[in-house]
Amino acid sequence: MTFKVIVDMNLCQDHGQCVFAAPEVFELDDAGKLVVLLTEPDDSMRSSVEDAADVCPVQAISIQD
Amino acid sequence: MTAQRVVVVGAGLGGLRSAEGLRAKGFEGEIIVIGNEPWAPYNRPPLSKEALTSEIQHEKLAFRIRGNASDVVWRLGESVESADLDSRTVTLSDGTSLSYDGLVAATGVSARRLPISGPPALASGGRHVIRNLDDAIALRAALVPGAHIVVLGAGFIGCEVAATARLLGCTVHCVAIDPHPMVRPLGYELAIELQHRHEAQGVVFHLGTGVTAFEGMGQVTGVLLSDGTHLRADFVLEALGSHCNVGWLEDQRLDLTDGVLTDNALRPMRDGTAVDGVVVVGDIARFPNPRFDEGAFRVEHWNVPTDTGRRASAVLSAYLAGESYDELAQTQWSMLPSFWSDQYDIRMQSYGMTNLADPDRIHLLEGDLHGECVIGYHRGEDLVAVVGLGMLKVVNSYRDQVGSTSFLASQTTA
Ligand SMILES: Cc1cc2nc3c(=O)[nH]c(=O)nc-3n(C[C@H](O)[C@H](O)[C@H](O)COP(=O)(O)OP(=O)(O)OC[C@H]3O[C@@H](n4cnc5c(N)ncnc54)[C@H](O)[C@@H]3O)c2cc1C
Ligand code: SF4
Repeated sequence: MTFKVIVDMNLCQDHGQCVFAAPEVFELDDAGKLVVLLTEPDDSMRSSVEDAADVCPVQAISIQD
Repeated sequence: MTAQRVVVVGAGLGGLRSAEGLRAKGFEGEIIVIGNEPWAPYNRPPLSKEALTSEIQHEKLAFRIRGNASDVVWRLGESVESADLDSRTVTLSDGTSLSYDGLVAATGVSARRLPISGPPALASGGRHVIRNLDDAIALRAALVPGAHIVVLGAGFIGCEVAATARLLGCTVHCVAIDPHPMVRPLGYELAIELQHRHEAQGVVFHLGTGVTAFEGMGQVTGVLLSDGTHLRADFVLEALGSHCNVGWLEDQRLDLTDGVLTDNALRPMRDGTAVDGVVVVGDIARFPNPRFDEGAFRVEHWNVPTDTGRRASAVLSAYLAGESYDELAQTQWSMLPSFWSDQYDIRMQSYGMTNLADPDRIHLLEGDLHGECVIGYHRGEDLVAVVGLGMLKVVNSYRDQVGSTSFLASQTTA
């Protein structure tokens, strides 16, 4: 099973905190801009992606089943 | 057996994360969150930044609540007056009481007011503070182009509002006892650099001076400084720090000298022992953090409610389930405070505890102080904090090195 990760790019301000919570899913590119590596990660990553959503200061990350 | 009940006092970020955390840990009993604001939990940092430049709406700032917490009972607009930790009850301001099996204290802080005479300490009298949504709505309405604002206090919140007010076309004066803005958390070099950047944007500082009087009858018209300067003010912002909302925990023999002193499991300390069934989270928690092997500290940073909320809900749910409680509470837990600030186009990001650094051991690690840079804060050999102006990827790369060397060594061998 997988789930969907949605980042509202109008909200995202490249704080990069999501990267620490779920490095398999989020990365900052060389310019410091957010790149979503996996838009439909496996369920095993759900809890780390939930953590990433929690620590995003602008609450840009949401999860959809 | 009747269902267990957890009462969470304070419906901010810490209260929300604790309620979600209890559910995530499998607590199935009743969760009641009591909050004295009329709003469901919302994000405060934008209130001194981008929210002031557009229309402020609760729905834009509200936190998403995890699905597992959809059955939490929110009693908003209600206030807890007192608690009795022996009989395990809290009393609300309407006089009714609620019993609990577990209690989460998450009441945050309030803005401190300047104790001098003058117009009443109300936004309608031109004396603003910024802590709540209502404060921000009132301040937003006052920040019109050409308005004269005097910001009292040059900490992060004062400086953020000063920057926002300049962007909105206001005339901004900033008064502080300190010699430079943000010097206490950041140290001299960075504080002086940031002062220059604010001055280049048109903020006028009055430093090393206090306020002796507000002028005006029902409404502030000016501010008199201790060096004799008179400043015109259409309104003032009192950004002088905070005091903890812990009055409801008085007379319980807790250590309330600065927030609520807890053990490493976030249980309040009473006569040297931790009180079971009670946990403290967020801005009011003063807890020992082995990452910095110092005494107990209170940290008013945004990541603290989430990190302490997770730890506290794990401890409390183990206590309520009667499973692996002692073991969990004895396991040392640590966390890394993290902070950001936005002023003009400057994004500041910090990890660690700058206030633990030796004042003469604050150095440029990377970049250019007048452009983008990373500053390191050392205590002896320990890197206790890093602060970046821009250079987010670089400052992020230092994150894992922040903490006492003995703690970091124990992590790599573990
Ligand atoms: C304007 C502003 C800007 C900020 N900017 C940043 C930033 O850029 N970066 C950063 O890291 N941090 C920032 N912070 C700090 C961060 O927002 C706080 O650390 C965080 O909100 C603390 O969460 P909390 O849950 O502990 O407390 P709060 O969010 O204050 O929640 C506590 C709640 O409890 C309620 N309450 C109090 N007493 C009672 C009672 N007796 N009964 C019932 N309810 C009660 C309060 O009204 C409040 O709603 C900022 C804070 C403010 C105000
Ligand atoms: S934490 Fe939030 S703002 Fe920061 S990069 Fe991730 S999604 Fe964007």
